[in-house]
Amino acid sequence: MSELTPDLVRHLASLARIQVTDAEVDRFAEQLSLIVESVAAVNNAVAGDVPATSHPIPMANVFREDVVEPSLTQEQALSGAPDSDQGRFRVAAILDEE
Amino acid sequence: MSELVKRNASELVELLQSGEVTSVELTQAFLDRIEKLNPLLNSFLHVNTKEALATAAEVDRKRAAGEKLPKLAGLPIAVKDNLTTTDAPTTAGSKILEGWIPQYDATVVKLLREEMMPILGKTNLDEFAMGSSTEFSAYGPSRNPWDTDRIPGGSGGGSSSAVAGFLAPLAIGSDTGGSIRFPAAVTGTVGVKPTYGAVSRYGLIALASSLDQIGPVARNVLDAALLSDVITGYDKHDSTSLPESLGSMVEAAKSGSLKGVRVGVIKELSGEGFQPGVKALFNESLELMVKAGAEIVEVSCPSFEYAIAAYYLILPAEASSNLAKFDSVRFGMRVTPEGNPTIERVMAATREAGFGPEVKRRIILGTYALSSGYYDAYYGSAQKVRTLIQRDFAAAFEKADVLVSPTAPTTAFKFGEKLEDPLAMYLNDIATIPANLAGTPGISIPNGLASEDGLPSGIQLLAPAREDKRLYAIGAALEALQEDVWGKRMIDFAPEVKAGA
Repeated sequence: MSELTPDLVRHLASLARIQVTDAEVDRFAEQLSLIVESVAAVNNAVAGDVPATSHPIPMANVFREDVVEPSLTQEQALSGAPDSDQGRFRVAAILDEE
Repeated sequence: MSELVKRNASELVELLQSGEVTSVELTQAFLDRIEKLNPLLNSFLHVNTKEALATAAEVDRKRAAGEKLPKLAGLPIAVKDNLTTTDAPTTAGSKILEGWIPQYDATVVKLLREEMMPILGKTNLDEFAMGSSTEFSAYGPSRNPWDTDRIPGGSGGGSSSAVAGFLAPLAIGSDTGGSIRFPAAVTGTVGVKPTYGAVSRYGLIALASSLDQIGPVARNVLDAALLSDVITGYDKHDSTSLPESLGSMVEAAKSGSLKGVRVGVIKELSGEGFQPGVKALFNESLELMVKAGAEIVEVSCPSFEYAIAAYYLILPAEASSNLAKFDSVRFGMRVTPEGNPTIERVMAATREAGFGPEVKRRIILGTYALSSGYYDAYYGSAQKVRTLIQRDFAAAFEKADVLVSPTAPTTAFKFGEKLEDPLAMYLNDIATIPANLAGTPGISIPNGLASEDGLPSGIQLLAPAREDKRLYAIGAALEALQEDVWGKRMIDFAPEVKAGA
């Protein structure tokens, strides 16, 4: 199985929106390579046609009555936000200037 | 009065009901003990003094007026800090949620309030419940009351040390791979992971949604049953909630017997890698059960060998998705880098500062497991292993009514021992993980003190899905046999915790 190189760790961290330091990249690459090597054992476990289980207790079509219930007020919904403006979440620019 | 805190929850309920003790007196006794010992044990991240006493006073007033009260009214409880509470900060042990006050109560918290149980506070955990020792909490580790140089287990080490240290009579935990049962084993307490879907997960900050389950933390089986009967039940807010009733666990605990019970010893979880003292105690308990009329059968679950590997693919995959919500927009921390950064750079800087090392490791691992090209080999195979493990359980339960194993391979280890070795840390959950993958219930009960170090060990009982009653019935019967042998509760062997030690 493939090793997690520092470059791959950097790429994965960027996909996961986590800024990482060089020291973290090196440490995670080493530790995660060992973990990946170990968990790759799952490939040896399965021979033949075995269905996948995504959910331990299968349930299908879980519905409830479509009844209107009280929900959070706008003020409540914004109460934990780091920044808000005129009843909305306020964030930094979505697009780069370039 | 100081000994009041050491009584079983079931006895405290009787004292409250008969009026021998008021809820304010009882709640204050636990708050006093928290004030004295929490600086050392760090079981609680937040203590809810005012709110707990207000609930207690209301119970006392209603009782004095002769009003009808719920069964556990006035009995204090501690809640793991990954359940949302509107009157206390909810951090999940992470810096990224420091100071966050949720706008709604978790369903379990709502049920505790309806039962009128004073909530003493929020207990410590490894960050987002990722860990086996509480060493990954952003707010420092909790300590094991049996030996304060050692871990109280994790992730629910705050709840286990609170209950083992008599800082609370009962606590709520959550178990994704053993986070209730492992801490119970190493602190000499009882912990239960119910059948998946038995207890609502609404308001539980999700780690791995297909594995997480909330359950009771207690000092004996009947006490755990009392709490289970309060928190179990259908909830329309959780689409995985089981619609059917699983019956009364209190009745099960009171009617338990080992006569004619087929006890299955899992071949793959009874030998290699287990501390000799832990193994010896496990074998002694098997003998005890045989004497009480049980029949021991050996069962084989060959796929359990792959359980940890499957778990450390499924869990990070689900966690990396669940933790995407911590994005600096709607709640929690925001870190804005210099200059005029875009939101993506703000998110990345926030998550760098807000998450600890284990959370970052697992998010990166999950992102890897789910990325195209690797998905089938890792996540896909892991889900197939899950099917094989369910089949192993099904075959084993053909031959046995319950399965047993030591809960954990070792007793409590010292702080720092496994901190930089994630794989060694993951092995603590070798016996507990299969139940999470299969959705089946499990209980850990105290199983004596290991000869090497005098520290608690636990025995785990596993039952088929929806058969949680068997765990309480058989667990209570075994507990009674053991207490006969010991002449007292196992927790009574614990040394007195010295404040400022």
